[in-house]
Amino acid sequence: MRFSLSKASRLLAVLTLTVDLSAHADTREVLLVIRDHVFVPGEVKVPAGEKIRLVVDNQDNTAEEFESHELNREKVIGPKSKASIFIGPLKPGRYPFFGEFHEKTARGAIVAE
Amino acid sequence: MFAAALIVLRETLEAALLIGIVAAATRALPGRTRWLAAGLLAGLAGSIAVAAGAERVSTWFDGAGQEIFNAAVLGVAIAMLGWHVIWMRVHARELAGQARSLAAAVGEGQRELSALALVVALTVLREGSETVLFLYSSATAGDWFGIASGGAIGLAGGVLIGVGLYAGLLRIPLRWFFTATNALVLLLAAGMASQMARFLVQADLLPSLATPLWNTSNWLAMDSLPGRVLQVIAGYDANPSGMQVVFYTSTLVILLGAMAHARTSPTTAPASHP
Repeated sequence: MRFSLSKASRLLAVLTLTVDLSAHADTREVLLVIRDHVFVPGEVKVPAGEKIRLVVDNQDNTAEEFESHELNREKVIGPKSKASIFIGPLKPGRYPFFGEFHEKTARGAIVAE
Repeated sequence: MFAAALIVLRETLEAALLIGIVAAATRALPGRTRWLAAGLLAGLAGSIAVAAGAERVSTWFDGAGQEIFNAAVLGVAIAMLGWHVIWMRVHARELAGQARSLAAAVGEGQRELSALALVVALTVLREGSETVLFLYSSATAGDWFGIASGGAIGLAGGVLIGVGLYAGLLRIPLRWFFTATNALVLLLAAGMASQMARFLVQADLLPSLATPLWNTSNWLAMDSLPGRVLQVIAGYDANPSGMQVVFYTSTLVILLGAMAHARTSPTTAPASHP
């Protein structure tokens, strides 16, 4: 039962998001790119009830602060650098985040389901 | 310019409120202004140093450097605030009866002040380094005049709120004054412990236990000014993880226990000279 459920959710994950399972088999990785002060993708679907490593790749020449009140996270990401942020296990729902240093354009959300 | 003002205000607020509370809590100690100013200046210098080294710090501990650095800085600040509330408990009577107090307090009061100056420096450093990074990266993107003037407005706003809190606290009658400031410092320490837990969970060094344990963002949002003020003063969090609540309550319980055990010094005893 547990196996089939996780298999189904994994299949769904592969179809709908950018997932990188190569580094840590135990923790799912989700990649988020910052380019021109915009998060790509703007909305990321993740499975609920699972811990996730969010890898934020800041490709801009300026620093950004990843911040989310709903996820209760904040981390400064230097120019041209990557940072890991662990989130979850989340209850199903929508968790908006933003780049504090460019709040107008840098907006996105994690959708746990 | 408006965005810059808002961000700088948000980052300045924590340090400004903390300094307001610490300045009030140490009002009876001679040399207070000098110590706190030294803490503030050291914190500002540290902000620039930390901002300059931020990228290197981030790569430490397999990418968890920023979280571990913040958690360590908070840990030291919590220890110093904890020492303060216990020290105040022991010396409260002397300080409230000001005539007798000063001579006895001078020697030990200096050590006490140096601990609080360190708390001020660490808090300014933590929030200040983020502000420096923001201002620097915005200024390099152009419009440095707008950024600078916005930053100045935000800074002034933060200072104004800190001064307001200080002035408000001074209106508390002396009878209750140190009980009130001690309670505030206790809550500050517990709130810092909650933040410390948040960083350790974010770096996956501790389990979250529950994310979130509750959600009160509809009632009082974290991005509102009252939410932010309450976050700094009492450790309010709209979406705390279970681990944050464990850290918050343990800090309160441990410090209240230590305060209960710390005996108040007898007023008749002569001042000790080491």
